[in-house]
Amino acid sequence: MSRSSMWEAVGGIVRRDLLLAMRRRSDAAMSVFFLVIVVSLFPLGVGPEPAVLRTIGPGVLWVAALLACLLSLARVFTADYVDGTLEQMVLVPQPLAVLVVGKVFAHWVISGLPIVLLSPLLGLQFGLSGESLGVLVMSLLLGTPTLSMIGTIGAALVLGVRGSGLLVALLVLPLYVPVLIFGAGAVTGSMAGIGAEANLSLLGACLVLSLFLAPWATAAALRIALE
Amino acid sequence: MSVNWSKYSAPMAFYPLAGRLIPWFACVAVVLMGVGLYMGFFVAPTDFQQGEAYRIIFVHVPAAWMSMFLYVVMAVWAGIGLGLNARLSFMMAQAIAPTGAMFTFLALLTGAMWGKPTWGAWWVWDARLTSELILLFQYAGVMLLRTSIDDLRRADRSSAVFALVGVVNVPIIYFSVQWWNTLHQGASVSMSTGSKMAATMLTAMLLMTLAFWLYSVAVILSRVRCIVIERESLPVWEGEPTVVQKVAEVR
Repeated sequence: MSRSSMWEAVGGIVRRDLLLAMRRRSDAAMSVFFLVIVVSLFPLGVGPEPAVLRTIGPGVLWVAALLACLLSLARVFTADYVDGTLEQMVLVPQPLAVLVVGKVFAHWVISGLPIVLLSPLLGLQFGLSGESLGVLVMSLLLGTPTLSMIGTIGAALVLGVRGSGLLVALLVLPLYVPVLIFGAGAVTGSMAGIGAEANLSLLGACLVLSLFLAPWATAAALRIALE
Repeated sequence: MSVNWSKYSAPMAFYPLAGRLIPWFACVAVVLMGVGLYMGFFVAPTDFQQGEAYRIIFVHVPAAWMSMFLYVVMAVWAGIGLGLNARLSFMMAQAIAPTGAMFTFLALLTGAMWGKPTWGAWWVWDARLTSELILLFQYAGVMLLRTSIDDLRRADRSSAVFALVGVVNVPIIYFSVQWWNTLHQGASVSMSTGSKMAATMLTAMLLMTLAFWLYSVAVILSRVRCIVIERESLPVWEGEPTVVQKVAEVR
C-alpha cells in the first residue's frame, strides 16, 4: 500500500462528504441553529443577571456544543449504510481506520467548525470578555474534533439498530465528560485568572489519544455492523 | 492430575461445571459476609470523628471496589471474546454487567446514606461520587446496547467494543473529574484525610470485599447458566438441570 494512494482515498472521502453536505446545506445548518437556540434558552431560564450568565456561560456553551455534535452523528454513516457505500468502503484495499479518519474530518468540518466560528458571538451573549472569548474558541477548536472522533464510535455501534438516535446519546455522552470538563475548565480558568494552558494541553492530549485509538474502534464497530 | 481446561470453554461443558461450583462460592460468601458484618458492626471500634455512621463503609468501600473491578473483568472477557471469537466469553461479559451495575448503584446509595449525616448532604459533586455515577452510565450503556440489537452475534461484539472503549475512558474520566473538583472547591471534606484505620476495621473491610467477590462469582455463574440455557435452547423446562448434564455428557 503506497502512502499516496492512502491519502488519495482519504481526500476522496472528505471531498465527497463535503460535496454531499454542500448539496444539502439545511442539514448542516440545523445543528448550528439547534446550538444557537439551546444557548439562547438558558438566559430565559435562569434570568438575565450578567454575573450569573458569566458564571454559567462556558459550561452552557460547551454542553450545547456537545449536544449539537451529538445530533449530527446520525448523518455520519447512515446514508452510506443504507445505499451500500459503506460496504464498498470496507472492501477497498486501504485500511478502514484510515478512511474513518476522512469521515470524521468531514463530519468535523460540517458540524464542528461552524460551532467554533460561531462561539465568539454566543460568548458575547453571556458576557464573556476578550481573552476568555479567545480561550473559548481555542478550546472548542481543540475539543470538537475529539467529540467527532468519540462520537463516530457510537454512531458506528448503533448503525441500523432500532432506537439508534437515543441510544447513541446514552452511549456517547458519558464518554464526552472529560472533554466537557477540560473545555469548560479552560474558559473558567482564564476568567478566574488561573490561566487556561493546563486545560488546553489536556484537551490537546485527548485529541491525540482519540486520533490514535478511536478510528480503530470505529472500524471494528463498522465491520461488526456490516457482517 | 491434568485437566483439559479448554474443554470448559464450550458452553455445554461449562454448564455442569458452573452448577457444581456455585454452591461452594455461595456458601463461603455467606459465611464471610456474616463474619465481616459481625466484625464491622460489633467488633470494630467507634470512629472518634464520625461516630457510628462510618460503619456503612463496610458495605460501601467493598461495593465501590467491586464495581470498578467487575468493569475491568467484563472488558477483559469482552476482549477475549473479540480476540478468540469464543461464545462463552461473551456470555461471561453479558452476565457480569448487571452485577457490576448493582454494585455501582449500591456504592452510590450507601455513599449517599453516609454523606447525609457526615457531610450534611445526600449528594456532593465529589470526584469519586461523580466518576462512580459515570461508571453506572457506562454499565447502563453496555446493557442497553446489547438489548437494542436483535442479532445475538452483533449484540455480543458491539457491546464488547463499547466495553473496551469504556475501559480506556474510565481512568481519564476519573482524573478529569478529580482535577475539575480541585479547581472548583477549596477546602472541603475529603475522604482520604482523617483516619488511620484500626486493624479490626481493615480486617472487616477486607472480609466484606472477599465476600462480595465470591458472591459476584456465584451470581455471575448462575446467570451464565441461564444465558446458556437461553442461547443453546436447552430442554430444561421438562425437568431439572440434570437433563442438561446428560445432554452435555452425551455430546
